[in-house]
Amino acid sequence: MAFMTKGDWYNSQAFWQNGPAPGAIYNFPGNTAQSESNGFQRSQAPITTGTSVLGLHYKDGVVIAADVLGSYGSLAKYRNCERLMKVNDNIILGAGGDFADFQYIKNIIEQKILEEECLDDGFSLKPKSLHCWLTRVMYNRRSKFDPFWNNFIIAGMDDDKPFMGTVDKLGTAYADPVITTGYGAYMATPLLRKAYEDNKEMTKEEALQHIHKSMQVLFYRDARSFPKYHVGIINKDGIEIKGPLTLESNWEVANM
Amino acid sequence: MAMLNEYSGRNLPDYEFEAVKKVHFSPYADNGGSVIALAGDDFCIIAGDTRLSSGFSIYTREQQKLFPLSNTTVLGCSGCWCDTLTLTRILSARMQMYKHEHHKEMSTPAAAQMLSTMLYYKRFFPYYVSNMLAGLDENGKGCVYSYDPIGHCERSNYRAGGSAGALLQPLLDNQVGYKNQEGVDPTPLSQERALSIIKDVFISAAERDIYTGDGISIKIITKDGVKNESFSLRKD
Amino acid sequence: MSSIGTGYDLSASQFSPDGRVFQVEYAQKAVENSGTVIGLRGKDGIVIAVEKLVTSKLYEAGANKRIFNIDHHVGMAVSGLISDARQIAETARSEAASYRGQYGVGIPLKYLNERVSMYMHAYTLYSALRPYGCAVILSAYEAEGPAMYMIDPSGVSYGYYGCAVGKAKQSAKTEIEKLKLSDMTCKDLVKEAARIIYLVHDELKDKQFELEMSWVGAHTNGKHERVPSDVKTEAEAKARQAIDEDSDSDTEDM
Repeated sequence: MAFMTKGDWYNSQAFWQNGPAPGAIYNFPGNTAQSESNGFQRSQAPITTGTSVLGLHYKDGVVIAADVLGSYGSLAKYRNCERLMKVNDNIILGAGGDFADFQYIKNIIEQKILEEECLDDGFSLKPKSLHCWLTRVMYNRRSKFDPFWNNFIIAGMDDDKPFMGTVDKLGTAYADPVITTGYGAYMATPLLRKAYEDNKEMTKEEALQHIHKSMQVLFYRDARSFPKYHVGIINKDGIEIKGPLTLESNWEVANM
Repeated sequence: MAMLNEYSGRNLPDYEFEAVKKVHFSPYADNGGSVIALAGDDFCIIAGDTRLSSGFSIYTREQQKLFPLSNTTVLGCSGCWCDTLTLTRILSARMQMYKHEHHKEMSTPAAAQMLSTMLYYKRFFPYYVSNMLAGLDENGKGCVYSYDPIGHCERSNYRAGGSAGALLQPLLDNQVGYKNQEGVDPTPLSQERALSIIKDVFISAAERDIYTGDGISIKIITKDGVKNESFSLRKD
Repeated sequence: MSSIGTGYDLSASQFSPDGRVFQVEYAQKAVENSGTVIGLRGKDGIVIAVEKLVTSKLYEAGANKRIFNIDHHVGMAVSGLISDARQIAETARSEAASYRGQYGVGIPLKYLNERVSMYMHAYTLYSALRPYGCAVILSAYEAEGPAMYMIDPSGVSYGYYGCAVGKAKQSAKTEIEKLKLSDMTCKDLVKEAARIIYLVHDELKDKQFELEMSWVGAHTNGKHERVPSDVKTEAEAKARQAIDEDSDSDTEDM
């Protein structure tokens, strides 16, 4: 799509200079280009937010998880927000932070994948490429002082090897076998890192067990969490997003 | 009446909740990390730790911070990691463009000047990165260039930079530069000694600086190419 | 065409005295020189088949595809100048993406057809422009059932049950008219489409061709896809067999 600004079809560019834009009337040489408004508002704060995302490598793949709560400040407002996204047959994207920003980026990625399918050349996006692309998107927005307020985890298979990487709102990016965002960075990282150090060749079931345990710990202590979560599993057989799974909890201690 | 007015904002206590807060946004983060480079007569060694962190969190224990730009040039970066990623990506693109235009690789002094220009170009929204460029000059002699975030550049023979830079530089002054010592005659730095100084110095840094640790990766640049080594540091 | 050479055929912005726009008619000629493309609309989906003429044995197989994906649910087949067609496909993709971006659902084919027709028509209005030298068939499977449109270089479009365009459109249309399209499923249509393309292919004038086929329907969950190679191979084998039998019976008659 050479003449359309990728990722921003809400303000599609004209097909040619001074020409019509998608959705506009095809009458040229009349000038249909709309003037862009000069005043703009920068999003300086997240509004509806999701909390931690957890990810862990296992023997032949990756598992990632995120709960379904959309918080509005301290209000547990939306209780069924899926924060894992299937990108294609070997990438899952998990998002924390501002939900609207996530949905916007989700739309852009879906369009990107569609364009790729239209090319019809048999190639598909790899997780490392998506990770790198997202890093650029996030960095460019932070450089405009208008960041996407998110933490992303990108998990997938890159040439039959498990890959997991993360990007934050600044464009800080790295890859690691254990990645957690939000409150998970403080509470789940030690648990998952230990699990991984103890057994780097763990099975899918073990990995899911560790993730489940970590989600439970987070539910007990992170006030913006919820006892329902989705888990994504990626290996060479493809991807699977399961859920919402329920966390059992015991609040006996809370009684007077 | 006065009482009513006083409580007028609180007459629906059941529906009150904390509103969404304005959050301050800073485009920079300090992701820590230290880099050291030592130059000898026919070699140059550059080493960087592999810890990537922010505040009290360790993001990853195995982040490579040394970026080979050519067969004789290696760049070490620490500071704001997102800026490091961007800067090094543009740099390697520029290195490649130079190679295609001139049919040869860029020399280390040329790369050093280019880096300075690129940093100064962003003078009013700087890359928050402390850079260290190590390599061999046109005569095959080891050289180290160190920078501030906005492009000030200085060539030297030894330099420590990054989160533990201030801790390590005096140590290098003493051990490599023979500063503040009496009755010693300076001997040229050998590769073995350079390597052992780097290891010692990083062990010390890991003891005092929480942003330096986990491990170091070392690149030894000679006319025959770049040799890699690594070394473990404390992981707490 | 009696008015040819009188100067009225040099620009798309001028009518001839008898009320025609020659540039547009020439563009239609360009389409008539191209390989045959047919579209069949059955009860549960649409199958398009393209006779892609291969002018040299030295070309790579599968290059210069004449069926495009426009969106998940929309397919496009083209007859005429392939490079013109690619530009139309890009335009259609932008329109589909724009609609999806604004409304969050796939563009209805009726609307996409309107947009693309308008775009092609715009190229028949100005002296500085040349009309597109191709006709396109748009296909989709929507909530209301299958839909198919064909747009010609003038920007005129109709919805079709069965359509054909290109070299052998007349004989292809005759064949299509024999079919009871509204009772047929995509599985049947694939065989018929392959048979018709093989039947109307003129072996004397055009030595080689590649058959391209795609479908969209209930069985693909409304997704436009190329017909899987095993299904296509089977349909092609059946088509060849039918043609052979046909020519055998011809010789018996003689």
